[in-house]
Amino acid sequence: MTFLSIRNLSVRLKKGPPLLRRVSLDVAAGEVRGLVGESGAGKSMIGKAVLGILPPSVEVTGGEILLDGTDLLRLPPAERRRRIGATCALIPQDPLTALNPSHRIGPQITDRLVDILGWTRADATARARDLLAEVQIPDPDRVLRAYPHELSGGMRQRILIASAFAAEPKLIVADEPTTALDVTVQKQILKLIAGMQARHGTALLFVTHDLGVVSKVCQRLSVLYSGMVVEDSSVTDFFAAPRHAYSAALLAATPKYTDPAAGLLPVPDAVIDAVRAEVAAHDRGAA
Amino acid sequence: MAILRLLAIRLFTTLVTLSGVAVIVFFVIRVVPGNPIAMMLPPGATDEDIARLSALYGLDQPLVTQFGIWVAGVVQGDFGTSITTRQPVLDLVLGRLPATLELSIMALVMAVILGGAAALTGTRFRGGRTEGAIDVANGMALSVPDFLWGLVLILLFGVLLPLFHISGRVTPSLELPFTTDFYLFESLIRLRFDLWADIVSHMFMPALALAIPLAAIIGQLLKQSLKETMNLDYVTLARTKGYGETRVILREALRNAALPTLTLVGVQFTFLIGGTVIIERLFSYEGLGNMAIDAVINRDLPLIQGIVLLFALIFTVVNLIVDLLYAVLNPRLRHA
Ligand SMILES: Nc1ncnc2c1ncn2[C@@H]1O[C@H](COP(=O)(O)OP(=O)(O)O)[C@@H](O)[C@H]1O
Ligand SMILES: [Mg+2]
Repeated sequence: MTFLSIRNLSVRLKKGPPLLRRVSLDVAAGEVRGLVGESGAGKSMIGKAVLGILPPSVEVTGGEILLDGTDLLRLPPAERRRRIGATCALIPQDPLTALNPSHRIGPQITDRLVDILGWTRADATARARDLLAEVQIPDPDRVLRAYPHELSGGMRQRILIASAFAAEPKLIVADEPTTALDVTVQKQILKLIAGMQARHGTALLFVTHDLGVVSKVCQRLSVLYSGMVVEDSSVTDFFAAPRHAYSAALLAATPKYTDPAAGLLPVPDAVIDAVRAEVAAHDRGAA
Repeated sequence: MAILRLLAIRLFTTLVTLSGVAVIVFFVIRVVPGNPIAMMLPPGATDEDIARLSALYGLDQPLVTQFGIWVAGVVQGDFGTSITTRQPVLDLVLGRLPATLELSIMALVMAVILGGAAALTGTRFRGGRTEGAIDVANGMALSVPDFLWGLVLILLFGVLLPLFHISGRVTPSLELPFTTDFYLFESLIRLRFDLWADIVSHMFMPALALAIPLAAIIGQLLKQSLKETMNLDYVTLARTKGYGETRVILREALRNAALPTLTLVGVQFTFLIGGTVIIERLFSYEGLGNMAIDAVINRDLPLIQGIVLLFALIFTVVNLIVDLLYAVLNPRLRHA
């Protein structure tokens, strides 16, 4: 059963160039889809579109974002917000800036449960305590009362993960959730997200520029270049034989854990030229 | 602990500041030409009369000796005697202080409400005509000083549409049951809403005149700060939770955005208190500022000294309160 279905989504800078070019991708219930591409390809933009947090400087020019069959883009704003808040969540990129410095941790986990989903404060706090234990935070009661600045980056990312799972969402968007962390912490956090996802059966849209990570946590992946999906494959198929020349080059440019010393190939100019030509052809077709 | 340390440091710097102010005011007002004794005596008084009266007030002594006598008195809580009214300076000043405090605080409350409302509305409807209109209003409010706003208000609400009293602190014919000079607060506590309304009606225009420029500053700065805060990651994260714009502004952004504004409001509030001098004169409001102008006109040296010292003390206390508030509102400082 498909929970999220993005159909031909186009986004552009207001009165400016396209940022997403007829992007289509599905995330089935309980499935993990990787979203890869170089920096600036539009990965975060897709996540933002799904979560209703596109910056005011951009506009959607076409397409649909079906959440459980309902097109979010056709809903009135208040209804859209409520629906997203009740069924989706975000694990942000930078844990140091994603928690409100003026609020204690507790309310930042329980706010959605109480305000949007109507839980009692006591139930929500009990739930937050359980979740903190699940993300292996020692002394959850102390942490619930702490302010963000009292906690390390790794701790804060665990808290944000706990918070994302708090309302048992159907879909979580994780936007490069380990990029801002210490290398030593990255693996733990990755394992934690994968474990939580499996236990809770949550669909996950996993944004990353690291194919190594994709091979570990994802079942399917979309490769993005300049706002255009150039490949949509299962992870097994992709690592066996990528279909698009650009994604093949991307794979060749990824260090292998088995043999980190093996030569890293930069994406060849010819491949870049070819994929750019595809983007240009797309834009001519759209115009 | 951090707060105790802050208090100790502040107590010390306050003493240093006040000493400096005492020295400066004492000597400066004696350098400025004008003889208080000559002002007191009727025309045709002899040099002998002047000399006798000068001796009575110690004004024939060398300056340094006069200063020593004054400081010795001040340290014991004796600020001398007003030359014009012959009453203790401390009694006079403390009698007028509540009127000025009430006026300043009323003005501050008005400024925070007006400026806060402007900032929040401008942020809520940012990028549109509403924000543009608020920016224009802010600019106008800032480009006219408080005493001119006072004149404008007198024309508006005193002459064209006479809604408020334009002079004094309270209607003189009213029977006042007050035991303190905090009329506004005491009338509330005694549940004398009739008196309270009369006092507010007298305060409204002077307080608003003082408040308008500060409201504009608060409005501009807080709006800028709110708009920046609204782009931060934790605000974006809150949006994904299902919260609407208004709620996100109030709960996620306001407190963090208010911190930088708070410091500036403290400084600006001391300017506002300085502004009471002219505004009280304009509205014949019987506060410290009005008394200060009389004291200067009459060359009432001990009274001028007392008033200036008190203003300096108020300024340092305001700054201290701002610093404490900042520490309370900012969890990062509270635990430091
Ligand atoms: N707030 C914004 N306003 C305008 N353009 C933006 C904004 N955020 C991102 N972009 C542009 O959109 C494109 C895609 O950005 P993004 O989705 O963040 O890329 P990434 O794949 O690295 O996550 C980039 O060209 C970027 O410059
Ligand atoms: Mg990104």
